[in-house]
Amino acid sequence: MVKITLRDKEYEVRPGMTLLAALEKIGILPEAVIATRSGELIEEDEILREGETVKLIAVISGG
Amino acid sequence: MRQHKLALCKEHYLDWVPAQVERFIEKYRMFTREEKILVAVSGGKDSLSLWAILHRLGYRADGLYICLGINGGVNYSVESQRLCEKFAAQYGLTLHVVNVQEQMGKTIPELAEASQRGRGKPCSVCGLVKRHEMNRIARDFGYDVLATGHNLDDEAAVLFGNTLTWSGEYLLRQAPVLPGTAGLARKVKPLCRLYEREMLAYALLRGIDYIYDECPYAEGATSIYYKELLNRLENDRPGAKLSFYLSFLEARKKGLFAEQAEIQQELHPCEKCGQPTSAPGLCSYCRLLVR
Repeated sequence: MVKITLRDKEYEVRPGMTLLAALEKIGILPEAVIATRSGELIEEDEILREGETVKLIAVISGG
Repeated sequence: MRQHKLALCKEHYLDWVPAQVERFIEKYRMFTREEKILVAVSGGKDSLSLWAILHRLGYRADGLYICLGINGGVNYSVESQRLCEKFAAQYGLTLHVVNVQEQMGKTIPELAEASQRGRGKPCSVCGLVKRHEMNRIARDFGYDVLATGHNLDDEAAVLFGNTLTWSGEYLLRQAPVLPGTAGLARKVKPLCRLYEREMLAYALLRGIDYIYDECPYAEGATSIYYKELLNRLENDRPGAKLSFYLSFLEARKKGLFAEQAEIQQELHPCEKCGQPTSAPGLCSYCRLLVR
């Protein structure tokens, strides 16, 4: 499985789907986040691989 | 960047954002390289990125951090001040720090609690104090212009809110540049055409250490709700936020709010601090102090 985190929330999706499809699956708007893997930004069309963790960074922050 | 039909590598992206900012500074005649700029920094990604960009572009920009005394279980103000100071030290820049508690005797949550303006929700008092202090520091230290890190999403959300209620006076005052008047510094928003997502990408790629936690009082804020609504629109129609904002600026330029423009509010100097205020006597900031 692929682990996706956003702030204190954690999701799991099946490997083999694109990041965009994974975001749709867990109900997160692509516009609202930037995805990173090991500190590197990743594109929406990247295929997610078994065992990896994708960290989502919320676009809205501060106050 | 679907809205621009553009995809850039890291190196070119880090050049593209400052180039865009410079284009907007020139287009809206915000300031020149000869002028002294005060950048209001909160420790967030937008204001710190703006400061980094202005420095990179060769502008004379100092920072101003206003410590609000907000804890919220995450040491919000302490942490954001630390990040601003770290940034200033890293780039060798001058940072002014104003501590609201030292200045006014109370923190922002305490001031809000004591005021009619916002019991339990200090955003209104916070905005008032920040505007006053930004203007005071700009005036006292001889800055020509005050720059804030408002991005396109901030501007579109404010515009959306004011359009829902057709708040003519507020719409009239929303612009990339608010000219200075007697006692009020010129205010500029060099990031007003850059998406919040673009600014986040810039901060991450540039390695800017910013405060990721939201202000504890921002939860449930109307502005965040409007941003979320606009993000849904943007998701379905890339470019919608930019188009909304730019169409507004164009309509404003063509005189959509011409009648409103004729309404000129007379300002008087506050009896205590001297800053301009709409009513005779004390300004709202000084009235907070006498409570």
